[in-house]
Amino acid sequence: MDLAEFDHHAGIPGTTIFDGRQAMKGYALNKMCYSFNSKENRDEYLRDPEVYFDKFRLNEQQKQACRDKNVLALIEAGGNIYYLAKFAGIYRMSVQDVGAQQTGMTTEEFKQKLLDAGR
Amino acid sequence: MARILGGITTSHIPAVGNAIANELFDDPYWKPFFDASPPIHGWLADAKPDVVINIYNDHGLGFFLDKMPTFAIGAAHEYRNEDEGWGIPQLPPFPGDAELSWHIIEGMVADEFDITSCQELAVDHGFTVPMQLFWPKLGEDPNFPRAIPISANTVQHPIPTLHRALHFGKSLRKAILSWPRDIQVVVLGTGGLSHQLDGQRAGFINTEFDKYCMEKIVSDPDELTRISRMELVEKAGAQGTEFLMWMMMRGALGERVNLLTKNYHVPISNTGAGTMLLECTE
Repeated sequence: MDLAEFDHHAGIPGTTIFDGRQAMKGYALNKMCYSFNSKENRDEYLRDPEVYFDKFRLNEQQKQACRDKNVLALIEAGGNIYYLAKFAGIYRMSVQDVGAQQTGMTTEEFKQKLLDAGR
Repeated sequence: MARILGGITTSHIPAVGNAIANELFDDPYWKPFFDASPPIHGWLADAKPDVVINIYNDHGLGFFLDKMPTFAIGAAHEYRNEDEGWGIPQLPPFPGDAELSWHIIEGMVADEFDITSCQELAVDHGFTVPMQLFWPKLGEDPNFPRAIPISANTVQHPIPTLHRALHFGKSLRKAILSWPRDIQVVVLGTGGLSHQLDGQRAGFINTEFDKYCMEKIVSDPDELTRISRMELVEKAGAQGTEFLMWMMMRGALGERVNLLTKNYHVPISNTGAGTMLLECTE
């Protein structure tokens, strides 16, 4: 077993492997997103997002990515897509909206790209 | 003695749950996907399994990153579906079989698989969508089986290898077959196939690789164990790693299986959707 290198997971274009390094970086952000499983917490967040960010001790990079609802920036800040999906859900963003935003397309263009994959 | 009758694979996309709730079975977008279900309904109506082992991956409902089990087995008397953050309608509880769960856990730990046992486990769409697909009346169906959820980590790397997943299934098979009561079991492998939700590569689907996996999982699952985890991410997409669940299921079916039905459709939501019914020969 060769585990000499810490970074086992580099090299797939357009893909961030969510490993221990990302897990450490994004823990606070993902913990906040996990809390959104509860409607009570979603409502509390919407009343004042800034207060909610501080409750979960988000850093400035994470707060700004949330304010911008920028999915690539959220991933860069350590976000895990399974938890970020709950954040996106608050703003009624579908997985196609999320895909479109990350690839610089409209949602309709992104949906067409998916349909084309089946042809 | 317990018998394993067969295995069923399916994708477990949340959108499928919504489509079922809205009865979109004949909608042009959905029909090619839902057309896979009737032969499986027919087979299940004849087979009448007592227990379904539902192998899925949690998506941030039952587990958080504070403690992330690589392999978790439900050991509860019932399992509840809860709000995953989108407020979708929740389903009635799913009856479990806690005694069989503990028998499986005892057997697999003795077989040197280190299992996390869960006496409480909220089950998300990964578990519920396949149950809705294959037993549409759920608890109102007189033949609705007791369920045992098994979840493998695909949320956070390092994830298990395909080799380990196949061997997990083989160990699960030994544990089930050593249960002294006369029960019939089916095993679900849910998730996949190729998809990627995150990053600039979002929307990635690889039909060629999906078809290769669907062929080899029947005839030669050992060949698939040569695929490394990073190769799996590259070829199946970041969330295509859910194919691990199919490998776990396949290991539980024994050496030779008969392929009874097979359906592949692209896209459902962001995903290549594969449905298969495999019957055990032993």
